[in-house]
Amino acid sequence: MRPARIVVPETAKVGEIVEIKALIQHPMVTGHTAAGANTEPRDIIHTLTVTYDGAEIFRADFMPGIAANPYVAFTTVATVTGDIVFTWTDDKSEVTTAARTLRVP
Amino acid sequence: MKGWRTGLAIGLALAVWRSSPGLAEEASPSLHPATEYLSTGMKAEQADLARNRGMLWVDQGAALWRQAQGVAGKACADCHGEAEASMRGVAARYPAVDATSNRLLNLEGRINQCRTTRQQAQALAYESNELLGLTAFIAYQSRGLPVNVATGGPAQPYVEAGRKLWNERQGQLNLACAQCHEAKAGHKLRGDTISSGVGTGYPVYRLEWQGMGSLHRRLRACQLGVRAIQFDQGAPEYLALELYLASRAAGLPIETPALRR
Repeated sequence: MRPARIVVPETAKVGEIVEIKALIQHPMVTGHTAAGANTEPRDIIHTLTVTYDGAEIFRADFMPGIAANPYVAFTTVATVTGDIVFTWTDDKSEVTTAARTLRVP
Repeated sequence: MKGWRTGLAIGLALAVWRSSPGLAEEASPSLHPATEYLSTGMKAEQADLARNRGMLWVDQGAALWRQAQGVAGKACADCHGEAEASMRGVAARYPAVDATSNRLLNLEGRINQCRTTRQQAQALAYESNELLGLTAFIAYQSRGLPVNVATGGPAQPYVEAGRKLWNERQGQLNLACAQCHEAKAGHKLRGDTISSGVGTGYPVYRLEWQGMGSLHRRLRACQLGVRAIQFDQGAPEYLALELYLASRAAGLPIETPALRR
C-alpha cells in the first residue's frame, strides 16, 4: 500500500456532476535504457480502476511517459450514497486501494 | 551530466556578465517568493491541495506524528498533541539555536533531536520519506505565516557565518550565491527564472527530482552548478546559510509544501 490521496465532495445532490481528484506516491520507473546508463527495470502503475457503489466508473491504462506520483481527475454523476474506491496496480503487482464515501441525501 | 550543463550555462552567463561591469553591485530589489516566478499552471497546482503532490508527504508526516516510536514508545502527538495547534508558527521560527545544547537546529535537526532524546528512537536519515514527511507536515502548519527567525543573541554568529558563505565566491565558476540570487534575481538563466533565494517553501516537490526534497538538497544542487565542493546535508555551513536565508526572507509567507521546477 502506497500513500494515496483522494478528494471527493462530502455530499452531492442526485444528478449533480462531481469532480474527483486523486494522487498516489509512485516512482513510475520507465525502464527506458539510454546508451551506457544503468537503468532499473520498468516499474510503473499500469492500471487504475475506480468503482462507485460497486460499479466501475473509470479505468485508465498508464504508460511509461507518465510522471512520478501520478495525478488523475475526472467527473461523475452523483446517484446514490456509496464508496468511491480507487485501485492502482503496478508492474510488481503491488496493489494500492483507497476509498472515500460520497453522500447523496 | 545535468549539473555539468548547468555549470556551462552559468559559465557562459558569467562571461557575458563580466563584460558589463557594475551589474553585480546593483541594489538588490525587494525579495519575491519563488512562487511568483512559477507558470500560471504550476501556481494553480501548488495552491490546489488536491493536486499538490507535496501533500502525499504531508500525509505521511501526519501518520508518523501519531505513531509511537523508539524505546520510549511515544508518538510526537503524546507530548505535542494536535499539530494543527501546537506546531502552528513553529516552522516560521526555524532554524533556531537550541537553548540546552547551544547548537543551531533546523526543523529536521529538531525532529531528530526529539527522536533521539525523547522518543529514544534512531535519528531519521536526511531525504528519507519519513523525515521529509514529518518536516513537511510540521512546516505545513505554518503555511501562510510570515518567516520570523531570531537573529540576535546566540543566533547572531550563525547569521554572520551564513552571510559570509552567501557572499563568498566559490567553486570553479567562482560565483557567490549573492551574485545570482541577489543581483540577478528575477532574471533568466536559460529557461528558468533566478529566484531570490528565500527557501520559504521547503521541503518542496521539485519537478526535476520527481519528488520531495529538503533545502539542503537544493543547496547541494546549487553548489554542484557552480562546481564547488558540496557540503553534506545537515552540515553546519548549510545550517548557518539556512538561517541567513530565513533572516533575509523575514516577513515572507511559509509556502510548504511548495512546487518548484
